[in-house]
Amino acid sequence: MAQKTVTVLDYGSGNVRSAVRALEAAGAQVKLSAKPEDIANCDGLFVPGVGAFAAVMQALKDVGAIRWIGRRIAGGRPVLGVCVGHQVFFDEGVEHGIHTPGLGEWPGTVELLQAPVVPHMGWNTLTPPAGSKLFAGIEDERFYFVHSYAVQKWDFEVAQPKMTPPQVTWSEHGTPFIAAVENGPLCALQFHPEKSGEAGARLLRNWLETL
Amino acid sequence: MTVAIRVIPCLDVDNGRVVKGVNFEGLRDAGDPVELAKRYNAAGADEITFLDVTASSGNRETTYDVVAKTAEEIFIPLTVGGGVRAVEDVDRLLRAGADKASINTAAVDRPEVINEITQRFGSQVLVLSLDARRTDNPEVASGFEVTTHGGRTGTGRCAVAWAKEAAQRGVGEILLNSIDADGTKDGFDLEMIRAVRAEVTVPLIASGGAGGPEHFPPAIAAGADAVLAASIFHFGPDDMIKQVKDAIREAGFPVR
Repeated sequence: MAQKTVTVLDYGSGNVRSAVRALEAAGAQVKLSAKPEDIANCDGLFVPGVGAFAAVMQALKDVGAIRWIGRRIAGGRPVLGVCVGHQVFFDEGVEHGIHTPGLGEWPGTVELLQAPVVPHMGWNTLTPPAGSKLFAGIEDERFYFVHSYAVQKWDFEVAQPKMTPPQVTWSEHGTPFIAAVENGPLCALQFHPEKSGEAGARLLRNWLETL
Repeated sequence: MTVAIRVIPCLDVDNGRVVKGVNFEGLRDAGDPVELAKRYNAAGADEITFLDVTASSGNRETTYDVVAKTAEEIFIPLTVGGGVRAVEDVDRLLRAGADKASINTAAVDRPEVINEITQRFGSQVLVLSLDARRTDNPEVASGFEVTTHGGRTGTGRCAVAWAKEAAQRGVGEILLNSIDADGTKDGFDLEMIRAVRAEVTVPLIASGGAGGPEHFPPAIAAGADAVLAASIFHFGPDDMIKQVKDAIREAGFPVR
């Protein structure tokens, strides 16, 4: 099987070196770039993201990545968002009372977690749905989370007979929240596979196999 | 579903070498931080912390190099502390491949630096490293005083108030090191952990005093979300991380 090519979207978001290395270790040929041709032509696009929702949305706009992410999804070309790169695919983020529109692929608001200890930092379990490709063989593993905000309600309109509904994986910290969504070419993870040791490596290999 | 208690080995690194050698069987180079980080990762560590004790800031390049090499090889969170004074230092560490930076004296000297760093990179990148000890000073409300320079210098400031202020300013977690307990091997400083836990809602990492696996569950019961130790892992048996996790699990707390 030919080596899969992955572009890690480079828009000034924190520690992307780990994502590049973890994807390489999982067998991909990785490029760190924000050029339209690199976003468009790879087998898989990895969208990292740390920090504030509003800042990440602005940075995505600044590098002109939003249209190209949209073009990929429209063309059925795989995209994997991680952490705030997961959150931006929902309707909006709310931080300190300020609402920022997201990319709106899925309904839902990214809100502060209601838990005694926040940020939610560390290794947690989750509940992948039957048939999940990303979590195949690692359903019972723990993954590394670090975030204060999450989508805690899911009300996707499932009554669309011609559409396959997204597969949603939940976790819990004080309250249940969405840990992952698998939706055709678009997948997104609230946790960090590139920081989740062996389980994370397996998940990245599972993703590469779908490309 | 509950987040697991994190067990974190800490390595002191001086000019790119681990100080106080580490006693791992069959390790070719006991002074190589990259090799040691790999061993701890394989042994089940949930995160790794490097404390850069390099005296000369001119030798910081070596530290960045060690961080970069470590991040190439292990895929669990890496925290680096020591010598972090400003936004630029955190930027350099993150670019080298660190996930978090810890800040100590520089934040005591100028608390605004916490806001500056976390506004730029988010709360999750910054750990407040807080060295505290008991004091008779009536000005210190909690009875625990903030110290700097590895516990040698008292500041006359209340450690609990400082933890609370740092959390409000934006640190994502607090590494609480008890100078009184440090090196005693008599167990963690439960009183100090309880005092800080009562006032802050960010994750709390307990440090100082661990002498055996049985010392860890009480620290968690006192309110720690994570436990950090050095010598017990460096000089104990190779499976000490597992022993510690077994003890935590048997006490009814979740571990990975």
